[in-house]
Amino acid sequence: MNETNTGNGALVDVSGVEKVFHRGSEDIQVLKDLHLQVPAGEFLALMGPSGSGKSTLLNLIGGLDHPTRGSVTVAGERIDQLSDRRLAAWRARHVGFVFQLYNLLPVLTAERNVELPLLLTRLSKSERRRHVETALEAVGLTNRAKHYPRQLSGGEQQRVGIARGIVTDPTLLLCDEPTGDLDRRAGDEILSLLQALNREHGKTIIMVTHDPHASARASRTVYLNKGQLTREQKD
Amino acid sequence: MRFTHLIWGNLRRKKTRTVLTLLSIVVAFVLFGFLSAIKQALTGGVSLEGANRLIVRHKVSIIQLLPVDYKRRMEKIPGVAAVTHQTWFGGIYQDPKNFFMQNPVIPDEFLDMHPEVVLPADRRQAWLQTRTGAIVGRKTADRFHWKVGDKVPIQSTIWSKKDGTFLWEFDVVGIYDGRDKNTDTTAMFFRYDYFDEARRGGTGQVGWYTVRVKDSAQAAQVAKLVDAEFENSSYETKTEAEGAFVQAWAKQIGDIALITASILGAVFFTILLVTGNTISQSVRERTGELGVLKAIGFTNVQMLALVLAESCLLTVLGGMIGLGVAWLLTSRGDPTGGLLPLFFFPAREVLVGLGFSAALGLVTGFFPALQAMRLRVADSLRRI
Repeated sequence: MNETNTGNGALVDVSGVEKVFHRGSEDIQVLKDLHLQVPAGEFLALMGPSGSGKSTLLNLIGGLDHPTRGSVTVAGERIDQLSDRRLAAWRARHVGFVFQLYNLLPVLTAERNVELPLLLTRLSKSERRRHVETALEAVGLTNRAKHYPRQLSGGEQQRVGIARGIVTDPTLLLCDEPTGDLDRRAGDEILSLLQALNREHGKTIIMVTHDPHASARASRTVYLNKGQLTREQKD
Repeated sequence: MRFTHLIWGNLRRKKTRTVLTLLSIVVAFVLFGFLSAIKQALTGGVSLEGANRLIVRHKVSIIQLLPVDYKRRMEKIPGVAAVTHQTWFGGIYQDPKNFFMQNPVIPDEFLDMHPEVVLPADRRQAWLQTRTGAIVGRKTADRFHWKVGDKVPIQSTIWSKKDGTFLWEFDVVGIYDGRDKNTDTTAMFFRYDYFDEARRGGTGQVGWYTVRVKDSAQAAQVAKLVDAEFENSSYETKTEAEGAFVQAWAKQIGDIALITASILGAVFFTILLVTGNTISQSVRERTGELGVLKAIGFTNVQMLALVLAESCLLTVLGGMIGLGVAWLLTSRGDPTGGLLPLFFFPAREVLVGLGFSAALGLVTGFFPALQAMRLRVADSLRRI
């Protein structure tokens, strides 16, 4: 993994960020003068009540949205200043996403879903297949490669989602409520998997969660309330 | 090619909807093929040779006859290279539904005038030596299983023989082929001298003349000279290019091009709406999935291309199947039993159809593709 830390040593540097959504004539300020640094190799949990701005912050760090004010720097690059086209290329190179509802394409098999981000690279078919096999092995789903999402349990689908998130070996893995739709046992398995990816493979993970049980697996937890960081807790 | 399974997978998502849309496209292109074949049958038949050939007929109507000695007078007109004549015989073989064209001609003159009629040299010789000889086009020979040496009875609906009967007998001396697909090989030609001697009335008269001009650029001028030559006579003429003559025949039915364009316009407009609706609905249903693709790095242009590829795959596939079916159906030949001898689906029109199917895909996919391209990732993920 090639990572360039920001000037202050953090892989991710969110500085003075504000985000305002316009709904008709109304302006809704979701994030207010927010500062956050995430060092490389950290497993960070973002907690807070609904509407506190957790997912919005995750979207900004993942380059899915632009801040209204402030800067977002990842691996030394000001992503808030990138055009849509360059931001798409940046996401393909640097970010893996894991979603609450897995968001797998139902028309593709598990291995084809995992392969999706690799279609944007210059890798040959055989190289892509090798990467897919490695990612599926990492999540323990080699034997389910040919199955469609509807043939997999929720936990298995999320594992495929994680395999898709890590298949390009991204700088950052961003997880939005990855256990939110799973029962406790499957949720635990997913959290163990994320923990292993962080500890054994050095993946930097930022995870949004409501669940204190999930955040307990992270190395640090920061709390958001009404668009501001209120406190943090280390492992 | 690396996105093929993704595009294909999206089309298989709602199989029934895709199959029904595909079928409607197939039907439209089958119709396209059939109408192209009908248009070809009614307006085709003018080979490159036709560019320097004129048809001279009676000014009043094609069914009025002209004197046979007009030939000598026409040959003297400046710009005329050769002249020959034909007469409508209007015969049937065994049954009225077995209709095809039979005309008495002067063999040498006819074959020289029409190089698109291909007849082996020995058959030409046999025709010259057989007074009751006739040459038959390959399609008609195949249709009635005629071969060289057969004696075929033809019942004329116009011409009786001196004995008062309408039944004529001819000896098949040759089977001719067309030099290209545009040449009618359903006709039969027999000798004028035999016909003229044996017929009861109309002796010394012919149906129309074919004139070859020395320079096709001067064809219009020559046509005027021909008509001027016979002006104020009992048999005034009307001379026109062979192409115009054929088209005038077709226009007795109506403006074929306009009729086919109108039908196809209505059909394809409907298909445009049906396919457009299918693609739009398909894109709307997977806003979240498109958002995921964007999240993992698909650019706006790639999203646009994916949706356009999907709609083009659907329309081109439907187009290819439809054109293939039309090709198969029209390759069986004239469905009317002789009224449309040049009924076939021209290769050029197949290519036009393929281009049309791709264009249909681009047009129907454009707005849904634009919608996918403009999708904001964060918004689309929130909708899931």
